[in-house]
Amino acid sequence: MANSAATPLVDMRDISISFGGIRAVDGVNVDLYPGEVVGLLGHNGAGKSTLIKILSGAYRPDTGEIRIAGEKADIANPRDAKRYGIETIYQTLALADNVDAAANLFLGRELRTPWGTLDDVAMEAATREVMGRLNPNFRKFKEPVRGLSGGQRQSVAIARAIHFNAKILIMDEPTAALGPQETAQVAELIKQLKAEGIGIFLISHDIHDVFDLADRVSVMKNGKLVGTAKTSDVTKDEVLGMIIMGKSPPGAIPGPGAAH
Amino acid sequence: MSDTTTTAAPAVPPARPASVPPSASSSFLGALEIDVRFLGMVGALAVIWVVFDFLADGTFLTPRNLWNLSVQTSSIAVMSTGMVLVIVMRHIDLSVGSILGVTGMIMAVFQVNHLLPAFGFNHPAVIVLTLAAGILAGALIGALHGFVIAYLGVPAFIVTLGGLLVWRGAAWAIAEGKTIPLVDDNFKLLGGGANGSIGATWSWVVCVVACLAILAATVQARRQRQRFHFPLKPLWAEAFTIVAGCLAVVCATLVVNAYTLPAALARRYAEAAGIEVPPEGLAISFGFAVPVLVALAVGIAMTFLTTRTRFGRYVFAIGGNPEAAELAGINTKRVTLMVFALMGALAAIGAAISTARLNSATNAQGTLDELYVIAAAVIGGTSLAGGAGTVAGAMLGAVVMQSLQSGMVLMRVDTPYQNIVVGVVLVFAVWIDTMYRKRFK
Repeated sequence: MANSAATPLVDMRDISISFGGIRAVDGVNVDLYPGEVVGLLGHNGAGKSTLIKILSGAYRPDTGEIRIAGEKADIANPRDAKRYGIETIYQTLALADNVDAAANLFLGRELRTPWGTLDDVAMEAATREVMGRLNPNFRKFKEPVRGLSGGQRQSVAIARAIHFNAKILIMDEPTAALGPQETAQVAELIKQLKAEGIGIFLISHDIHDVFDLADRVSVMKNGKLVGTAKTSDVTKDEVLGMIIMGKSPPGAIPGPGAAH
Repeated sequence: MSDTTTTAAPAVPPARPASVPPSASSSFLGALEIDVRFLGMVGALAVIWVVFDFLADGTFLTPRNLWNLSVQTSSIAVMSTGMVLVIVMRHIDLSVGSILGVTGMIMAVFQVNHLLPAFGFNHPAVIVLTLAAGILAGALIGALHGFVIAYLGVPAFIVTLGGLLVWRGAAWAIAEGKTIPLVDDNFKLLGGGANGSIGATWSWVVCVVACLAILAATVQARRQRQRFHFPLKPLWAEAFTIVAGCLAVVCATLVVNAYTLPAALARRYAEAAGIEVPPEGLAISFGFAVPVLVALAVGIAMTFLTTRTRFGRYVFAIGGNPEAAELAGINTKRVTLMVFALMGALAAIGAAISTARLNSATNAQGTLDELYVIAAAVIGGTSLAGGAGTVAGAMLGAVVMQSLQSGMVLMRVDTPYQNIVVGVVLVFAVWIDTMYRKRFK
């Protein structure tokens, strides 16, 4: 659970980024503690995905500072982010469609034989192992992932994130493409990862996906932070009010984007 | 990552043992694990050969013509292996013909003006340094293209279109339009011909080595799968693959060995070697031509690069989804630069083969080669949408292109009509491939 006395795992301070004169993210502060799930909510275009791409190294912020476990972090690209133990599961799933599950799981971190060649067999074995836990019905190890269903693709993406001992997990609309049973599986998985002390950012435009799983929610609107609240201190309706009207309820700490 | 077999998350409890492999495919082709597409191309090539042999009154399927075909294909085949990677990454390289021209010229001028005075006639260092200079020049030119494409963001089509003009002009400028004759005899071996072939005995050596390699590769693959308890191919399927592979190699060897030196050349060769000429005449086999062996070596090396190394994996991943590759932490710009540098180096190897074959470097060398190279890759199943293609397919595509031209020459079809046929076949082949992909993918 959230422990405000400890050092936050992630502390993003005063982050701003502009694209062609539009401030996609404007002076946002969010933080995340070990073993905590923080829901990042807002309409489409509120700036949540952009904010999170800054943390995962896809964009560089114009201003602001990121601290990982109290240390100032310089995240210039996705490789840097992974070095800090930040793994991301993107909304678009970010899989290379033309190669198989093992190739995707190890993309950028391939296992190699002593001769420096790809150890495909070892990678497939590891993939079978991790997929056996995540999605025991998964069979299509030899097929390009374009032939997989939405849920199967999602499990490949999640397997990739957890296989490499992530400390910070970012999940962008993790259940958007899934059926009810697969959604329940992902929820179960999130609880387990949380119990292991991994900090998780859950990004969604749909409050129902997130509210029950999250310890806290941070709401964004038009690139600004409306406010942050513990889910125990606010109701779903109040959070909806934050998302739609930008109104910060009494139980939340208002941000610069809160309506007056 | 040193320890990658353990994971942080004992996630959803397994409902069944984790890595239970699926049952092996029961269909014939499925069990063989043969690429149906590739098989289709081999079939198409066989049809083309038989039809041409019929139309050209039995002159196509002769050892002599097939041997010539193999030599004529070498240069384009070498370059097509690099074009596969370029196209897989969703780029294009229109400059390979011009790079071939300029690197051929660089090698010729460097050899004649610097290496021969320094080392003397037929010194072994001459061929080594000539090739090194050419390949380095080609790689640098390609790297320059790759830099502009990857780091400055100019589309590959434009950069290499510019390169097509620039390097053709540079080839002219280096020798002021003169044709530079190549004199080093070792270098000339790269062009094939009677001297540039390895003869019957060495051809059989190559044949045996190739068969042993096929056997070893199959056994190694089987062992690897056993190590991790993966489903194995049925033994008959393994045996079938080995026998088919070895049979193909043996047939190729028989064909190239059946092509013998013309009587006059054989007599001259015998006199030079001090062999007594028997009354019924001397049968001296050509065997595999050196440029063909070079092309095969390049093909094997490039297949290894694309399927067994990180670099190759990245090229395909970038072609499949550039954003995903970037987000996975792959340095896509660097890979792009390296692919174009590789393409340039392969164009230089193509240049060595074609200049050695003509015994000289000319200004127009390699003109329009870019189109043949692209056509070979595309006929060989490389998707212009990126992400799909094989080195072997592209080389087979090069053989198809050359077979069409060679066959029409034997049929005495005029050049303009040859071009019409080749153009139509290119479009037709890609249409068939598009239909195939729609239906089966």
